[in-house]
Amino acid sequence: MIEVAGVAKTFEAQDGSAVPALADASLAIARDEFVAIVGPSGCGKSTLLRLVAGLMRPTRGAIRIDGEEVTEPRADIGIVFQAPTLLPWATVLSNVLFPLRILGGLDDAAEARAGALLALAGLAGFERKMPRELSGGMQQRAAICRALVHDPRILLMDEPFGALDALTREEMSLELLRIWTERPKTILFVTHSVPEAVLLADRVVVMSARPGRIADIVPVALPRPRSFDQESSAEFQACAQRIRGHIFRRRAA
Amino acid sequence: MPNASVDISSAAAPPERRPARRVRRLWAGARPVVLPLAVVVVLGLAWEAAVRFFAIPEFLLPAPSLIYSEIMAIRGPIVGHTLATLQTTMLGFGVSLAVSLPLAVAITASPAIANAVYPLLVVTQSVPKVALAPILVVVFGAGETSRVLVTFLVAFFPLVISIATGLLAVPPELVELGRSLKATRLQELFRIRLPYAVPFVFSGLKLSITFSVIGAVVGEFVAAERGLGYQILAATAFFRTPIAFGAVIILSAMGIILFQAVVLIERICFPWSAQEETSRR
Ligand SMILES: Nc1ncnc2c1ncn2[C@@H]1O[C@H](COP(=O)(O)OP(=O)(O)OP(=O)(O)O)[C@@H](O)[C@H]1O
Ligand SMILES: [Mg+2]
Repeated sequence: MIEVAGVAKTFEAQDGSAVPALADASLAIARDEFVAIVGPSGCGKSTLLRLVAGLMRPTRGAIRIDGEEVTEPRADIGIVFQAPTLLPWATVLSNVLFPLRILGGLDDAAEARAGALLALAGLAGFERKMPRELSGGMQQRAAICRALVHDPRILLMDEPFGALDALTREEMSLELLRIWTERPKTILFVTHSVPEAVLLADRVVVMSARPGRIADIVPVALPRPRSFDQESSAEFQACAQRIRGHIFRRRAA
Repeated sequence: MPNASVDISSAAAPPERRPARRVRRLWAGARPVVLPLAVVVVLGLAWEAAVRFFAIPEFLLPAPSLIYSEIMAIRGPIVGHTLATLQTTMLGFGVSLAVSLPLAVAITASPAIANAVYPLLVVTQSVPKVALAPILVVVFGAGETSRVLVTFLVAFFPLVISIATGLLAVPPELVELGRSLKATRLQELFRIRLPYAVPFVFSGLKLSITFSVIGAVVGEFVAAERGLGYQILAATAFFRTPIAFGAVIILSAMGIILFQAVVLIERICFPWSAQEETSRR
């Protein structure tokens, strides 16, 4: 469904020199597949997500969704940015409803849906609070609700659980899996946590830095529904080992 | 166990210390008003004492009591002058806002417009308005139009700059959020950029309202037969210094009240903006 074909992205730095962020990335993602991306900082994970989102154009290659080349942002994509990016002047509820305010479709039903999403994310009772009154992790959870409110077919998540504590993180991972099972969508999920990637994803894309490229794509054959009990299974360990192997080999070299 | 909650609350705030805390909180609320008032009263008394003790002639420095009695003697006309100045101030302020908002939007929307307009803006600011006023009077006549124009010229610049700064200060992530939702340029402006700029707009409005009072007086110096500025000129021409002093005091009071009105409007209509500013301090 999403096709990344020989994509490269080179930025121009302030001094005019070229910064290759992503080199020759190719990847095909099936409909309703859950794909995690791991890799060292600066290897182009956010850049890849931005390219898929249509927020920037690749220097080379092409991104296609349903065979159609992505040249601009699409309404059927929900994005969780690396930072929460909530509107400081709007309540948590208005922030979650913001996509519908722009895209249209704001009604009582939508408001109820937003309230339910917030409750799922453990933010019940915070609907009328301002973002500044929330902790960083709570803001990030609100941003996740915002990405889900228009029920997009594609979900791009850039380290969505980065600001959360370990326990909330596990809770939110399972919640995300539940939402994904109930309303299937194609998910691209960037994370720094190898266990998280293995637990969530159908496939884990391992990236290497400078220039950012795809080092390996690890299929995870764990049965669903997933749970943290599977962490001790042989398949889980094998996948985690294979992913870590790529990251450490790179370090040693 | 039924009194558990009572026990907890009294443990947190022992009854004998509660009144003290209430007094402290009351004082914290009243301090911003009481302290400056006290300073004014003390200064006034010192002024009064100094004038009497050194027998300073009233045309040089009239005592506060004399200023008060002289002003009260002509309070009817003084109210008229005050309203005239207030009208010019508010008209100039209104025109400033009406011009600044779209101008700032235009400047921030396109580098070409910014390049074309910025030098012009700076020129209007480097020309001394007092020098410009008589020329405006020649062109537009010695009426309200000239005075409002002078007020506008004095008051609009800080407003344009603040609003433009606010529009450009929007974090790129918020703009990207809008773009990812296919927001049109108008939606981006009204749903993201302008709301984000509100605290900046109000910083500008606070500057602009004080400048408007100054502008109105400058306008009245050159083109008026009423208003507090005119009153000051007329009074000094006849060495009626107490009246001139009185007019100056009324002008400062007007400036302070208008400034506080802007602060109040911000607090009522945009509470998050007012908070933003206090936390930024
Ligand atoms: N707008 C930009 N202009 C110039 N260079 C950029 C820009 N965005 C990213 N880069 C560069 O591209 C490279 C990849 O950045 P990217 O944000 O995709 O990394 P990342 O994998 O998301 O890292 P992290 O895990 O730290 O978020 C970096 O070297 C970065 O400096
Ligand atoms: Mg990133």
